[in-house]
Amino acid sequence: MSELIQSSQDLGTPPPRGTTGQVSLEIDGHEVSVSKGTSLIRAAAIAGISIPKLCATDSLDAFGSCRMCLVEIDGRRGTPASCTTSVEEGMVVHTQSGKLERLRKNILELYISDHPLDCDTCPADGDCELQDVAADLGVKDSRYGLNGLNHLGAEKDQSNPYFTFDPSQCIVCYRCVRACDDIQGTFALTGDGRGFASKISAGQMESFMDSECVSCGACVNSCPTAALEEKSVIKLGLPEKSTLTTCAYCGVGCTFNVETRGEEVIRMVPSKQGKANEGHACVKGRFAFEYYKHGDRITEPMIRDSIDEAWREVSWEEAIAFTARRFREIQAKHGRDSIGGITSSRCSNEETYLVQKLVRAAFGNNNVDTCARVCHSPTGYGLKTTLGESAGTQAFESVASADVVILIGANPTEAHPVFASRLKHRLREGARLIVVDPRKIALVDSPHVRAEHHLQLLPGSNVAFVNAMAHVIVSEGLADEKYVNERCEIPSWKIWSEFIMREENSPESLQSVTGIDATELRQAARLYASAGNGAIYYGLGVTEHSQGSTMVMGIANLAMVTGNLGREGVGVSPLRGQNNVQGSCDMGSFPHELPGYRHVSDPEVRTLFENEWQVKLQQDPGLRIPNMFDAAIHGNFKGLYCQGEDIAQSDPNTHHVETAMKSLECLVVQDLFLNETARFAHVFLPGSTFLEKNGTFTNAERRISMVRKVMPSRSGKEDWEITVDLANELGYPMTYSHPSEIMDEIARLTPTFTGVSYDKLNRLGSIQWPCNEEAPDGTPTMHVDEFVRGKGYFAITGFVPTRERSTRRFPLLLTTGRILSQYNVGAQTRRTANTVWADQDVLEIHPVDAEDRGINNGDWVGIKSRAGDTVLHAIVTDKVQPGVVYTTFHFPLTGANIVTTDNSDWATNCPEYKVTAVQVTRVTQPSEWQKQQQAFNRKQLAFLDKARGPGR
Amino acid sequence: MGENETEHLVSMANDIAANLGFHADADERIADHLRRFWAPRMRNILMGYADDGGKGLSENLVAALDKLRD
Ligand code: SF4
Ligand code: SF4
Ligand code: SF4
Ligand code: FES
Repeated sequence: MSELIQSSQDLGTPPPRGTTGQVSLEIDGHEVSVSKGTSLIRAAAIAGISIPKLCATDSLDAFGSCRMCLVEIDGRRGTPASCTTSVEEGMVVHTQSGKLERLRKNILELYISDHPLDCDTCPADGDCELQDVAADLGVKDSRYGLNGLNHLGAEKDQSNPYFTFDPSQCIVCYRCVRACDDIQGTFALTGDGRGFASKISAGQMESFMDSECVSCGACVNSCPTAALEEKSVIKLGLPEKSTLTTCAYCGVGCTFNVETRGEEVIRMVPSKQGKANEGHACVKGRFAFEYYKHGDRITEPMIRDSIDEAWREVSWEEAIAFTARRFREIQAKHGRDSIGGITSSRCSNEETYLVQKLVRAAFGNNNVDTCARVCHSPTGYGLKTTLGESAGTQAFESVASADVVILIGANPTEAHPVFASRLKHRLREGARLIVVDPRKIALVDSPHVRAEHHLQLLPGSNVAFVNAMAHVIVSEGLADEKYVNERCEIPSWKIWSEFIMREENSPESLQSVTGIDATELRQAARLYASAGNGAIYYGLGVTEHSQGSTMVMGIANLAMVTGNLGREGVGVSPLRGQNNVQGSCDMGSFPHELPGYRHVSDPEVRTLFENEWQVKLQQDPGLRIPNMFDAAIHGNFKGLYCQGEDIAQSDPNTHHVETAMKSLECLVVQDLFLNETARFAHVFLPGSTFLEKNGTFTNAERRISMVRKVMPSRSGKEDWEITVDLANELGYPMTYSHPSEIMDEIARLTPTFTGVSYDKLNRLGSIQWPCNEEAPDGTPTMHVDEFVRGKGYFAITGFVPTRERSTRRFPLLLTTGRILSQYNVGAQTRRTANTVWADQDVLEIHPVDAEDRGINNGDWVGIKSRAGDTVLHAIVTDKVQPGVVYTTFHFPLTGANIVTTDNSDWATNCPEYKVTAVQVTRVTQPSEWQKQQQAFNRKQLAFLDKARGPGR
Repeated sequence: MGENETEHLVSMANDIAANLGFHADADERIADHLRRFWAPRMRNILMGYADDGGKGLSENLVAALDKLRD
């Protein structure tokens, strides 16, 4: 393997935690000074002395089982293991001697006696620590022969789609077991028996697929031999090149080494240098990358005059000219504001920035929006109003110093798995957990983690809940008045505390609304207010409601009133869904805000941009996504440039969205696949995967990380280049030659980004904004000495019940969510082997509701709301409470959004995905809508086949 | 709420009014919200609707629209 790949040195044990002071000692005659608590093996590695090891690795605490790392210490008897022995002042250590060599060889021969000697044909040849140690010690075979007790005949477990487990290669070092326990926190693996009779297995002698394994790959990373090996390595061979990049799936933003051979990705290995993930990953980022070469990818531009005719493959020039001509014609006929653009959280910062610039400067209006509209726009509004900045307050690392965590409307083990692992780690160390969720998510009760309180509230009652929490804190004298007096706006505090003290906000008064037992809510409030560092993490279960913004403000109030903001271990942290939700919002892709969350009505800000862009900008906000749909149906909005976002599948009330799509005269879709939206498009511009372009993503902790190109774009253009071409064709010149120049422009124009550049990102690895003169290396924790807005603002959060209520006709409440193996609308993950874990959306229903309706596990059920109906399979489970049903939205055939309504957050129009009144019945066949969809799909695929020719 | 844009805008505006209605200066806040977040086209449709009788508009919303006209 190349040097580049091997250079990430394994120091044997992790750095010591929570110690101060240096210790000096001598190792093999060299003076070494290291932090107190460092292991000898690590101290030696730091001094450049490598001690052979098998069971130790620096991502896991020392285990001391293999005895390969023996050393001698002057004045001590015996040969202690250097991985489990800490440095001491003045120690004199010897890592090499005749005796040590004999002992090590002896141990190694024992290992080899139980290991096939087929290095030449082993897939890990050249990437195996056992082989390395044997080479170092000059051991070729074993005096013990291969006839003793061994595992050589054991059967290989091929059940996982991405890696194999070959027990014959296993040296029982327990690294995998420890990785699964300590890093991932799933406890899926067990070691059975002792010494050479011992065996590693998934679950209780199950296959990996049948066990609790979630396929995070941590065990595979840590395995020193080929016992756990990626199937891609076995099939394609070891990689030759490694490039550091950022995961393109969720908002955790894990750093990976993309390991390639030619233009083929062999594997994605999480990087220890990545500050968001520190060497960990989940099944999506780690394994689900094969979609990049899926046959469904469209790589040629296509156009057509109407959606009722076949596509025509054309040159880039023709496609761009066609688009520009159509857009200008529409504007000439229907006015400047009759077109707009939508960008996506899946796009890079640079791409998003360019789309909003295209709309504002070349289209000449503010009709630009991003899919964050439908997920986290309330976060932006709520946190900006209360704290002054539209972003989470902490780094992920901060959870390691939290004492009590409230998790509201988020399901991190499914949606933010690597953060979930960090959280579980902290909970195993003793932090306490309060889960607020209508559903019994895994963290409520999982191995070695149990929520102290699960407040199982009714969908739609978030604000009532948060007010009741604040009521208890203020009325029981648990408020941190000193903090409030120093840090917050006193008039707002006075008005708010008077409001929150009202009896109508007490947990007792609200019990019937929230469904939460008042006594338990009081206990939870006391716990959060008085258990030390209190941290709140929340997800879409907070934002996707008619009072999403109010709820975000309510959460900020809770944190302020308890003094839980402005330091490590506390804070308000939105868990962002997609990889670049934070970034796409930062980049000015909302219709009312220029980059850096500055309102378009501010003349000073506009002047800044007008001078840089050399155009006149509109001072009024433009249309948001749902407003665009309304205007389209009304006939005033006719052209849309949609980059990387599948609005037809991801937006609520599909009937409404599709009617809007059909009303457009020119819909331009830029994507990897012919997605649901593209079926209504007139122009298809083929995009690039994250492997085929350069740029940056910003994760949920405001961390900007680099995305690096590892192969040429299959379509011939990186996505930003397409926007540039379109702008130029429209007569607005854009002249960038590399995304770094776009970032330079962003830095010039945005006060929180002035210190950001590709050079610095390459140097530091990643940067958490704000990054400017005051914070040249970025800002892990926000609002430290004062809030960004100066004094914290307590917003009144009156509870307004949603219009969406259960009725006789629609007696159940539907809420929606995600699963681990699938990502968002599933366009990528559905085109990988991740479908072995889930190949359809299902409806969870409580046994009582199921029985009432004669529904059994696995039955087809119809689900109907006032917006529409669809059919899917039922799962009868008590994860949901009676009266509530739950589904995901990863598969277009289910079309969960056919059922969701166009109710939305009052402040931001973020759709109320989390509450829809429905009825569920047993059925025998797909819904009418599904049948129509299938017919429409077939027609559109035929149009595609015509363009591409048969067999492609 | 149907497919009709005006109906949709009316219910959105009523939601804004209900949520900002807890403040003493609700009218001003509602007007400000509409100014900061609504495209002129949307405001115009809503004001036109108010001029045509404004059936179903909440009281503080009507007051806010008056402020918006100033
Ligand atoms: S892949 Fe992850 S969850 Fe599965 S056994 Fe390995 S470490 Fe555990
Ligand atoms: S599978 Fe690998 S990591 Fe696990 S015990 Fe065996 S050799 Fe060690
Ligand atoms: S999907 Fe999220 S948690 Fe999983 S590897 Fe990617 S960034 Fe990390
Ligand atoms: S490496 Fe130290 S005992 Fe195994």
